[in-house]
Amino acid sequence: MSAVTDTAPGTRAPQPRGGIAQSVSDSLVIAKRNLIRMARIPEMVIFGLIQPVMFVVLFTYVFGGSIQVGGSTSASAYREFLMAGIFAQTVTFATAGAGAGIADDMHKGLIDRFRSLPMARGAVLTGRTLADLVQTALTLVVLAIVAVIVGWRVHENMAKVLLGFLLLLLLGYAFSWIGALIGLSVRTPEAATSGGLIWLFPLTFISNAFVDANQMPTFLRHIAEWNPFSATVQACRELFGNLPPGFQTSDAWPMQNPILASVLWSLLILVVFRTLAVRKYRSASI
Amino acid sequence: MVGLACGFAEQGKAGKPRIRVGITHNGGPLMPGAIHAEGLVKTFGDVKALDGVDLDVPEGTVLGLLGPNGAGKTTAVRVLTTLLQPDSGKAVVAGIDVLKHPNEVRRSIGLSGQFAAVDEYLTGRENLQMVGRLYQMSAKASKARAEELLERFNLAEAADRTAKTYSGGMRRRLDLAAALVVSPPVMFMDEPTTGLDPRNRQQLWEVIRELVSGGTTLLLTTQYLEEADHLAHDICVIDHGRVIARGTSDQLKARTGGERIEVVVHDPEHLTTADEVLRAFGKGASKTELHTRKITVPVAGGAKLLAEVIRELDIRGVEIDDIGLRRPTLDDVFISLTGHAAAVAEEEAEAAK
Repeated sequence: MSAVTDTAPGTRAPQPRGGIAQSVSDSLVIAKRNLIRMARIPEMVIFGLIQPVMFVVLFTYVFGGSIQVGGSTSASAYREFLMAGIFAQTVTFATAGAGAGIADDMHKGLIDRFRSLPMARGAVLTGRTLADLVQTALTLVVLAIVAVIVGWRVHENMAKVLLGFLLLLLLGYAFSWIGALIGLSVRTPEAATSGGLIWLFPLTFISNAFVDANQMPTFLRHIAEWNPFSATVQACRELFGNLPPGFQTSDAWPMQNPILASVLWSLLILVVFRTLAVRKYRSASI
Repeated sequence: MVGLACGFAEQGKAGKPRIRVGITHNGGPLMPGAIHAEGLVKTFGDVKALDGVDLDVPEGTVLGLLGPNGAGKTTAVRVLTTLLQPDSGKAVVAGIDVLKHPNEVRRSIGLSGQFAAVDEYLTGRENLQMVGRLYQMSAKASKARAEELLERFNLAEAADRTAKTYSGGMRRRLDLAAALVVSPPVMFMDEPTTGLDPRNRQQLWEVIRELVSGGTTLLLTTQYLEEADHLAHDICVIDHGRVIARGTSDQLKARTGGERIEVVVHDPEHLTTADEVLRAFGKGASKTELHTRKITVPVAGGAKLLAEVIRELDIRGVEIDDIGLRRPTLDDVFISLTGHAAAVAEEEAEAAK
């Protein structure tokens, strides 16, 4: 009989390496786990795709032509203007995914198992957000293809276009940490999903994502210009060459320096929410 | 995997005589046990989940932490497994201070909870490999260990199916296997058999016995008195966050008082006659349950007295369906200690929430 003594009790787990090496390796183990889950629950990924695809199609064909950007009501000008907004909105939906996933792990007792293991403290959350980053990247690829099908074109070189997508991914990664904090703070995965989405609507609509912010009332225009979300949208429009001819870029600093503003905003969100989420994860335990 | 199902049935409590190492329980401890806690207090709002709990589990023994829902059992386990910071008190697990070196403690313990904490979308093998990696084992070692555990817990055939497809008993076995990935010297099991059917419960008991016979120290919480009776060397009864009694199962039963005779008569009309007989032999008030036709009376005198009672009932023409000498159950112990049955305490705890 292969008794319990096959490894004598009293064998402690190996001495953890500690430091960055352990954090990275633990995070990758958790990321792998979450990616396997995503592959086995493809409906989650597919539902995550349907909404942005619908937005692309609806905005292009329903609003395109009646929304004025840069003094033009041409449907094709709006179509190109729109896509950066929808891309940016899509990456922020990673918030809901991360939140629901972590709330689900809490609910099912998995977080307790992880907490009782000698693993790096932030790894459960980092692993989850890394997996969400992969999902976001896949979603962007599909969305870009759909966008090209409905007539979206870029007018800059590939390096600039790639930089635009990198900014989008960085924004999405930063936002998934907001989701992680929400997931740790609510009682059910359902609450994490709605809690991760409700504030995203005002955030994405009071921005330059779908309309030219210059047309907004002054008060809203200031919010829109300083909205972290707007910086990334503006940066992508520049990098994709999607600003319509004659478009008046606002004098606000983030709109004048959108790439830098996008990076700074994303890093700020990342640092603040990662700190809060990791602290929350550790809070109750010793 | 024949080993799981046999080998201990006739042995009674696993390895009970052979594992007590170096510590007499009642004489002063020579050294603290593998699990040692003093004065643990934890308050949630107005509720004192732990109100000064002391525990000591000598190496290689099983402590059964017994109590109704809401008594503080899970809170105690969470503190000892580094999941929860106590308000005050101290705890040492496997010789390591839990509050000072939680990560060292985590290397030395396995935790199996009342909800099987496995990822339902991973296969059994993937779950165990992941836990191995997070215990900081190499990929190769994790893989080999997963293989061994799947074999040992009779999950080899289901190894490549997602845990979602597992039955309740299989999930618990996988959860327990995950807690054993490093063969930790100290194990915590929080209500390991809650919600399992009797067959699966028996199977899990076998696994636990096997484990303990290998020398693992185990703290087990349960609300099943029978489970503590079967598995634990020592029992701590806990209620409202306090330890209200401790000792071996026999000691607790002895504390509660002696034996009693239970008779089930065939014909309800004979209840009165039977009651007269029993009161004559008994040492206290008898108790009659009409719907089960059962009479219970405390006695002193053992089997000899039982024979006399049977003879007398026969002479009086009382036909009986069942008769026996019963020793107190842990249920009786619980009632006598708390003044209420375990089930009642549970309802109170629910109501208090």
